[in-house]
Amino acid sequence: MSLFKLTLQELQEKFTCGEVSAVEIARSYLLRLNQVEPKIKAYITLTPKDALLQQAKTIDDGLRAWRKTQPLMAMPLGIKDNICTEGIRTTCGSRMLENFVPPYDASVMGGLRTHQPLILGKTNLDEFAMGSSTEHSAFGPSRNPWNQKYIPGGSSGGSAAAVAADECVAALGSDTGGSIRQPAACCGVVGFKPTYGRVSRYGLIAFASSLDQIGPITKTVTDAAILLNAIAGFDPMDSTSANREVPDFTKSVKKKDVKKLVVGVPREYFSEGLDPEVSESVQAAIQVLQELGGKIQEVTLPSTERAIATYYLLATAEASSNLARYDGVKYGFRAKESRELAEMYRSTRSQGFGPEVKRRIMLGTYALSAGYYEAYYGKAQAVRTLIRRDFDAVFKDVDLLVSPVMPTPAFQLGERLDDPLQMYLSDIYTIPASLSGLPAISVPCGFSAMGLPIGLQLVGRPFEESTVLRAAYAYEQATNWRTKRPVIRS
Amino acid sequence: MAYEPVIGVEVHAQLQTNTKLFCGCPTSFGLPPNTQVCPTCLGLPGSLPVLNQRAVEMAVRTGLALHCEIALTNQFSRKNYFYPDLPKGYQISQYDLPICGPGWLDIAVNGERKRVRIRRAHLEEDAGKNVHDVQVEGSGVDLNRAGTPLLEIVTEPDLHSSDEVDAYLKTLRDLLVYLEVCDGNMEQGSFRCEPNVSLRLRGQDILGTKVELKNINSFRFAKDALDFEISRQAEVLTDGGTIRQETRLWDVQKGQTAVMRSKEEAHDYRYFPDPDLLPLTVETEWIEALRHTIPELPAARLKRFVKDFHLPEYDAKILTDSKSLADYFESCVKHFPHPKTVSNWVMGELLREFNATGATPESSPVSPERLVQLLQLVETGTVSLKVARDLFPEFYASGKDPDQLVKEKGLIQVSDEGILGKMIEEVLAQHPAQVEQYRAGKETVVSFLVGQVMKASQGKANPGKVNALLKRRLTS
Repeated sequence: MSLFKLTLQELQEKFTCGEVSAVEIARSYLLRLNQVEPKIKAYITLTPKDALLQQAKTIDDGLRAWRKTQPLMAMPLGIKDNICTEGIRTTCGSRMLENFVPPYDASVMGGLRTHQPLILGKTNLDEFAMGSSTEHSAFGPSRNPWNQKYIPGGSSGGSAAAVAADECVAALGSDTGGSIRQPAACCGVVGFKPTYGRVSRYGLIAFASSLDQIGPITKTVTDAAILLNAIAGFDPMDSTSANREVPDFTKSVKKKDVKKLVVGVPREYFSEGLDPEVSESVQAAIQVLQELGGKIQEVTLPSTERAIATYYLLATAEASSNLARYDGVKYGFRAKESRELAEMYRSTRSQGFGPEVKRRIMLGTYALSAGYYEAYYGKAQAVRTLIRRDFDAVFKDVDLLVSPVMPTPAFQLGERLDDPLQMYLSDIYTIPASLSGLPAISVPCGFSAMGLPIGLQLVGRPFEESTVLRAAYAYEQATNWRTKRPVIRS
Repeated sequence: MAYEPVIGVEVHAQLQTNTKLFCGCPTSFGLPPNTQVCPTCLGLPGSLPVLNQRAVEMAVRTGLALHCEIALTNQFSRKNYFYPDLPKGYQISQYDLPICGPGWLDIAVNGERKRVRIRRAHLEEDAGKNVHDVQVEGSGVDLNRAGTPLLEIVTEPDLHSSDEVDAYLKTLRDLLVYLEVCDGNMEQGSFRCEPNVSLRLRGQDILGTKVELKNINSFRFAKDALDFEISRQAEVLTDGGTIRQETRLWDVQKGQTAVMRSKEEAHDYRYFPDPDLLPLTVETEWIEALRHTIPELPAARLKRFVKDFHLPEYDAKILTDSKSLADYFESCVKHFPHPKTVSNWVMGELLREFNATGATPESSPVSPERLVQLLQLVETGTVSLKVARDLFPEFYASGKDPDQLVKEKGLIQVSDEGILGKMIEEVLAQHPAQVEQYRAGKETVVSFLVGQVMKASQGKANPGKVNALLKRRLTS
């Protein structure tokens, strides 16, 4: 039996009842990584074999004396490489942090470690999470397990590819404008961005602070609920984290219907630019939701068309400031042989950052500059409020919104690399929920003729992750997309 | 002079919190470089700021003492610029929504009262320090100070001379020290001032081009730099030139200001609200609760000293200049209800020792209780005033119990009529000529005879008693 094929829930059951040991799990995954990782390149840093086996052994030894398991104990996880891990290098996909070993754990890691999971490694991402394909990683792109000529999506492409290719049982990603949901859709797995403030950002290397949110990427909706349970909650170290009750999310993944839920279909998400195959799959999924008892209602979110422009002003403005600390003074990359300070800054940042990061820093710097602030940053903030109000208004009538995750299935590696605007458009359906801080999930809802996965997005009211999970679970159980797995040829 | 200086002042006051503005690191100084640091104040990737509530309290209390409007909603913004001592590449400060809005502070200049309008006061974090002399090659950065809380207090351009600025700075400094929000030490940089000055023809309303002055770390420098800058600008204008908008540094050695950067070189700080910190909202009830924690401030205390203790205004001013000295004084008066006597001793003997040794009321080896003991010895006639004064330096340095000290040194005043009578007889026997003079009607000669008795007693005789006994003896 191949342990790596199991879902988190299945593996957990086997481990808890003592059927498999942590060492067996570790061995199974080491074997899998050995076979598949050279093709998928999901990871930037892998935990060394001996260290991993030692971790597993420690867990097994501990259990013998103390038979008490935590939900994620011995579960092999991938961690996006923009989440700080004490003593494990955290690169953020950038030359700038190529050798950066954080002296501290992100708050989510601190929480996870109390479960004693097996951390398999740090997964690939677009540099500083800026991108939709992992092609902007300084360490090369990851591959889509369904077709290695295609992108796995991004920026959490490494995490999504690792889960899809059975290179970990579940992973953490981060989402700023769609960076969990879009790669989950591309790779045919589940990706869940919680409400802004639900999960601590402390130790998540900032791209755009008002948007960034950590979330699970998993094989099933149930797995997403299990992982979210372990990372959600108030953190006094993060002033933007929400001080409110966290429900047991696994309780939301029991009912297999969506009775009494009103599901809104935003007209603006089904207009020009939507690939017919994607449209068809999503329409079919809406049909399923109706059959499961949901009341389908068309709604309108009129400010949707302004979301991308708004996002690319606000996110880049914040990024231009967040990335100012990478100056070669304290840690990370420093260009050699600078004679004076300004030259050190210039060379360090010119050589240390890749082209997409530099493009966004320049965009954001411009948007905040004297004389342009009001027209760009100020205006974008105002429009962000309008977009939020759109959602507030429709959520008076509906419990959930349903839409595609991405206008097309995954595109080919290199296809959009020279066309940033085309690349930016892949986030058109995920960005509005990010700007409004709403919980949003991506679940598999079909395949293109090319055999590439298609994702369905469900968006809920703030802090109503449970409703989102419930509907996603009901849909998942009513269909069998999750049973189809990619075949990675040797 | 035909020109009138128009001056505004920015003061950066370092708040006396135990920990930094956005992390739990201590604010202690003088420790090895980069030892009082954590991921947040080092600007490590992924670290986040959490606001120090104590700093907010101090800002609000200062705002209340300056009669400022306290903003119920205020915001932290990022001020973006690159410098090695600025670990995040931006400083967290407040920009368009400061915590304290308009207010005022009354000052006295040459006996005249003047109201200086406060424009705003806002919270911000301090930067670290570049260190240029520790490494063989290149420079170092010490981030121990990075993240220390500052309150920036900005006036309207209401000041018109270096004397007014001096009075403003000292009054503000005393106020902050009274509030126990800042130690007010200019040399050590916990109270920094940056004045800006422009000139205009007297009687005009339009403001001239202003120049900002930096590198001022004493009250003396503030005055000198402003005086220099005022005459420099006057000369330029008199010669028909124009003033350029720029920042100038005070050069102590040369005693002049020199250009640091011009307006064209000024940074575009790209301020925007810090997305890591939610807007700060403060409750009205909380503000009112803080209002009750504000102690009596210098101006009010001075008035009370004059009214309740009947002290001359001069005494009251000196005593209330520092909170600790005023506290010391009041503590003495509580046990020894002769305010003017206490004032004389505190302003005379005690301050002389403080000035000579650099001590403060807190570090004084002589506590108020001890000082009162000494004053009681004089009051009860146990020692003479002269002996007490002569003894003071030793009393101060040793910090000893004065009762014991005068006993040890045998300085107890002699008032016993039998002993004094004996001494008088001896003196009279030695000075028959003076006795004759007195009897002939020259009464002033009695003070000479008193002096002789005092001398004979080595200063220990009670001079009042000796005087009375002598007169009685001579007229009998």
